[in-house]
Amino acid sequence: MENLEQLVQDGLAAVEKADSLQALDHIRVEYLGKKGAITQQAKTLGKLSAEERPAAGQKINEAKGQVEQAINARRSDLERVAIEQKLAAESIDVTLPGRGQDLGGLHPVTRTLQRIEEFFARAGYTVEQGPEIEDDYHNFEALNIPGHHPARAMHDTFYFNPGTLLRTHTSPVQIRTMEAGKPPFRMICPGRVYRCDSDMTHTPMFHQIEGLLVEKNVSFADLKSTVEEFLRVFFERDLQVRFRPSYFPFTEPSAEVDIEWGREADGSIKWLEIMGCGMVHPKVFGYCGIDAEEYRGFAFGMGVERLAMLRYGVNDLRMFFENDLRFLRQFR
Amino acid sequence: MKFSEQWLREWVNPEISSQELMDQITMAGLEVDGFEPVAGKFQGVVVGEVLSAEPHPDADKLRVCQVSDGSQTVQVVCGAPNVRQGIKVPFAVIGAVLPGDFKIKKAKLRGQPSEGMLCSGSELGLSEDHDGIMELPADAPVGSALSDYLKLNDVAIDVDLTPNRSDCLSIKGIAREVGVLNSLVPQAPQIDPVEAVHSEVPDIRVDASEGCPRYLGRILRNVNLQAETPLWMQEKLRRSGIRSIDAAVDVTNFVMLEQGQPLHAFDREEINKGIVVRMALPAEKLVLLDGQEVELTEQTLVIADHEKPIAIAGIMGGEHSGVSPKTRDLVLEAAYFDPITLAGKARYYGLHTDASHRFERGVDYELARDAMERATRLLMDIVGGEPGEIVEVVSADHLPKARTIDLRSQRLADVLGLDIDRTTVEEILIRLGLTVGKLLKNGWRINVPSFRPDISIEEDLIEEVGRIYGYNNLPVTEPTGSLGLRVNEEAVRPVSAIRDYFVSQGYQEAITYSFVDPKVQAQIDPEREGIALANPISSDLSVMRTSLWSGLLKTVAHNQNRQQPRIRMFETGLRFLQDGQRIDQQPMLAGVVVGSQNPENWVNGRRTADFFDVKGELEGLFSVLGIQVGFVSSRHPALHPGQTAELLRDGEHVGWLGTLHPQVQKNLELNGTILMFELSLNSIITGYVPNFKEISKFPEVRRDLAIIIGGEVAFADVERVARKHAGERLTALRAFDVYEGESIGKGNRSLALSLFWQHPERTLNEDEVHSLFNGVIDALKEELGATLRS
Repeated sequence: MENLEQLVQDGLAAVEKADSLQALDHIRVEYLGKKGAITQQAKTLGKLSAEERPAAGQKINEAKGQVEQAINARRSDLERVAIEQKLAAESIDVTLPGRGQDLGGLHPVTRTLQRIEEFFARAGYTVEQGPEIEDDYHNFEALNIPGHHPARAMHDTFYFNPGTLLRTHTSPVQIRTMEAGKPPFRMICPGRVYRCDSDMTHTPMFHQIEGLLVEKNVSFADLKSTVEEFLRVFFERDLQVRFRPSYFPFTEPSAEVDIEWGREADGSIKWLEIMGCGMVHPKVFGYCGIDAEEYRGFAFGMGVERLAMLRYGVNDLRMFFENDLRFLRQFR
Repeated sequence: MKFSEQWLREWVNPEISSQELMDQITMAGLEVDGFEPVAGKFQGVVVGEVLSAEPHPDADKLRVCQVSDGSQTVQVVCGAPNVRQGIKVPFAVIGAVLPGDFKIKKAKLRGQPSEGMLCSGSELGLSEDHDGIMELPADAPVGSALSDYLKLNDVAIDVDLTPNRSDCLSIKGIAREVGVLNSLVPQAPQIDPVEAVHSEVPDIRVDASEGCPRYLGRILRNVNLQAETPLWMQEKLRRSGIRSIDAAVDVTNFVMLEQGQPLHAFDREEINKGIVVRMALPAEKLVLLDGQEVELTEQTLVIADHEKPIAIAGIMGGEHSGVSPKTRDLVLEAAYFDPITLAGKARYYGLHTDASHRFERGVDYELARDAMERATRLLMDIVGGEPGEIVEVVSADHLPKARTIDLRSQRLADVLGLDIDRTTVEEILIRLGLTVGKLLKNGWRINVPSFRPDISIEEDLIEEVGRIYGYNNLPVTEPTGSLGLRVNEEAVRPVSAIRDYFVSQGYQEAITYSFVDPKVQAQIDPEREGIALANPISSDLSVMRTSLWSGLLKTVAHNQNRQQPRIRMFETGLRFLQDGQRIDQQPMLAGVVVGSQNPENWVNGRRTADFFDVKGELEGLFSVLGIQVGFVSSRHPALHPGQTAELLRDGEHVGWLGTLHPQVQKNLELNGTILMFELSLNSIITGYVPNFKEISKFPEVRRDLAIIIGGEVAFADVERVARKHAGERLTALRAFDVYEGESIGKGNRSLALSLFWQHPERTLNEDEVHSLFNGVIDALKEELGATLRS
């Protein structure tokens, strides 16, 4: 049995020296495999007496266990080292920039329109669209702007022929929607509009968004709350709003809306004109086949670029249509 | 409308500051556009008297004057040609400060001491007039401060009137508004009829009563038009933005500003026999007061004599019949011209005059006689003369009718959202010059005065009440009402989803003009002609786009010229096609890609985007939308003939994808490989609503094959044939390798495919798959001449 102890000592020494999982496995076979040195010791048991056998067998088992335990311990050591090496080899510079596609962005006009549309969608307004090449009837006549009306001079219209033009406002969409449906209505009409004017503060194309609400019982007071609430939500500020009498052929009474925009040198409020609004003119209802005695409505409209300029601090209207990437990328 | 605050305050003088006054009228709907002091800022300028003016001993153009400032006499050297003994002038004494912080000090001019300065109007910010010193009236009190004497503590207020408020195109009208707002009664000057001193009257015939329902004429004999307009009147005109011309023109302008009635004065000598108001004859010509000759149209209302037109009615007089310093007898005109007849006429002739501005908007149709009397009196005060009777030609049928409108108190409350008490309503209406004809059980019967042509329906009255009561004093309430539920079609994706997809793919949204350069469009879409604007802003924005590409390519050029090599942009919007008589306005989606596919990075960031990058992105979009779109090799004039795909959905044209044709690219001076796509939005936004299918529990079988095909065979052909023979259990077909090279023969392509099969209810057996797979291979060989690659 001295031989067994020697085998165990040799086995443990070999395990200690093993520097790879393969070498370790080799040792396991050499000592503990079917034909392994320690396993072979069991054969000597036959030569022993029945009394001696259990003790000797137990010794062999203990020897096997001792070596096996050493192998397992060594294996987990080697495995841990291997993982550590792998991890060390795989470490990267996480501060290098990521790869892949950049994010693009929406045009600031679209971004502004979407915010406005979201506000009104929550209040139950639908988004309506219409043609941009319009006829005189929908752009002017049905909005109570007959051919001789001085308001036509304010519109600087692009014409294709005397009856066909580029819409000067999105109001014809309201007419078309009212013609096609039945009251009540809650709609907003966003879109491109055109005026024959181009300088520092005018582009021949720009965007408007108009809203219309038609109900049996709606008043100027309701219009005021809608406009005030919208402006406060849009600018995310509790700003002061005032309504100033004005004139549009398609609304009566009509108002311009001013918002508080800073202070004058003397501390008084500096007012900034932001939109127009009013109660739908009975003649407009008449053109759309709606009984003005039964229904009333309010309408409002604003220039989208102007709102975007105020909201984002853009100082030159013309930039909206140059599509310079250095400009557009600021809005993503 | 520009006016002097002081003039207004002669009519109505509320105890409020200038700023308060301006705020008040702004909030009543007469928006103040701006205001400016009526003179420059100066001090130390008094009324001086030139006691003597002797030639300067050493300078031809200078004079040495003795000038009295009221308390002492000093020597002043002056270079003005009009300086002479006896005149009264603005005198800046030593220590005075003129506009521009110009201090007056003792000086010597060519050896002669000069203590002070005689001033021209322009040096004091009083006029543009540079020729000579300003001459003050002979009765100007010597020594008094000039600003007191001329009442220069005044501002000129510019009101931007809306086109409905023609009644406020006068001091009288604005005073009425200010009176209403402050509960004051304006003080109008007394107008009494001028008694005729002779029986000569103008011969007036109105042939066009519709355009001219009322025409008044009067002869003023033996006037002296060399008489100067008094300074007070000149100043009022100046502060209202009107230059002084001569007494006759000044008085007509003054009455127009004060009363709102444009007037005209003719030289009686130049009128052949009598006045005829008629429509112009074809090709009639007239030289206007501004010197330009116009050819009149038959739609133009003219004032003529028995021979020729002498004025365009309500717009501008003729040069020939105008007054001059030599004019001895005047014929004064005051008329009511129909706004509709005059609408747009001034614009047609390239004119815009104070008269046309008022007549187009509607002058008080009862005002002409008062205005005529007022002008006659003022004229006689200046130029003397002998007035005759007024001749008035009226066509009652053509005059506007006096209007009566019922205002219901319930309607008033409903529209404004507030029940305003009856007394307040009545007071507002009455102060505005409306009268209550009759008290009704539920409101008022209102008579609308002749000066308010804008008030024609009940809502107009409601606006008047609301406006004067103050919009900001009206309540704020939330709208109520029942909201019908709306259909929300699940299969239709909003355009915003498409935009968001492209943004996530690195595209920047652009918005380009809907009108484009026809030359650029001809490069892109030579087969179609864009719809042309009749009055474009410029030739490069003169036709409507037939494709969004024109604008996007212009944007590419703009950015490439600004060191932006990598451009990925998209746009949504209408294109405009002429379809016979119809105009087709189609919503489109288009994009351009040029430069590296990804932003430059540290591994492989410079790979230029190619057709398949963009195709992959479009396929991604179609997945988002839930639609199947096929790509077919095709031709498009703007695209590279070998890199053009027509997009089809269920066999219908959806759009195009391709590389910009190198020749077009060169013509448009663009750089790089430019990929472009354009799709019809309406063709792609409707997808499907998902419909659940049982998930198969049985395994999927995959078989790969590699074939060599001729270069003319498209992948789409391979896919079509393979699908046809792969049986109904084929679940997917993918290409996983494409190879071209010498080893497989020039012009050939090797294509590696994977086919996947799966049965919903059982495991497919080996033989079945084998037979399908072989069937596919055989069909590819037979139908497309493919060979199996070993």
